[in-house]
Amino acid sequence: MWSDLQLGKYEITVLSAYAVALVLIVALIVATWARGRRVRRQLEEAEARLGRNRGEA
Amino acid sequence: MSIWKYANPVVFMRTSGWLLRWLVPLTAVLMVVGLVWGFAFTPPEMRQGTTVKIIFLHVPSAMLGINAWLMMLVASLIWLVRRHHVSALAAKAAAPVGATMTLIALITGAIWGEPMWGTWWAWDPRLTSFLILFLFYLGYLALWAAIEDPDTAADLTSVLCLVGSVFAILSRYAVNFWNQGLHQGPSLTLMQKQHVADAYWYPLMICITGFILFFVTMVLLRTRTEIRARRLKALLARERMG
Repeated sequence: MWSDLQLGKYEITVLSAYAVALVLIVALIVATWARGRRVRRQLEEAEARLGRNRGEA
Repeated sequence: MSIWKYANPVVFMRTSGWLLRWLVPLTAVLMVVGLVWGFAFTPPEMRQGTTVKIIFLHVPSAMLGINAWLMMLVASLIWLVRRHHVSALAAKAAAPVGATMTLIALITGAIWGEPMWGTWWAWDPRLTSFLILFLFYLGYLALWAAIEDPDTAADLTSVLCLVGSVFAILSRYAVNFWNQGLHQGPSLTLMQKQHVADAYWYPLMICITGFILFFVTMVLLRTRTEIRARRLKALLARERMG
């Protein structure tokens, strides 16, 4: 079964297709996660600030 | 029970939060199993050799590149007709995912085409309409970024989405419409699997399911972020007004 891993003369072709696709997928995941985290933190800060201001008023 | 209750951001956040707890691990398992099976445990094909392993990336990403736009079309129509903000934000959230899938399909297709067709690219009806679809994705994202008012941005991007749908449909059916070019017709349909041997069929089905779940997961995560960003903008505006 592991003989299926022998890519032969198309080794670079197959590996480069997988590499490009995986890089793009991982980049999308990282960008989604990073923006989600940033927006969530900013929202929590804004809510805390507004709650505090309302309490002071 | 009405589907429109999910247009309420609070209900959407609660339901999507529950769904994501299951979707994230399931997506990860299916994608890893499908891609590892396709890459490591499938035999070379008679004519394509080992380049056949590229179909496990190319076919699911091409399907999603087209269908993501159609999902955006439905969400945009809901926005235009019923003015539900969540649907406009879901369309916005889906665009980067669809663009990434379209780009993966274009690149993996070119990499496969070089040894098989003897060229990276041909101005074939399907390839050309797919490239135009990718350009529409970029235009759609640029339009969202360029317009300050979110409702105006949602209106204009919805219209752009309607126009771009022509190319999403052309990408799918160009081979049938023109019957020319290098790209072959569909090897897979819901009713027919005889074009694909079992050795490729099972991992391909797992990959397609994994990619679909990946799309749903990403769209849910990104829509949740868009809903939070919209609330943040409203809070900051209220803060500025004192």
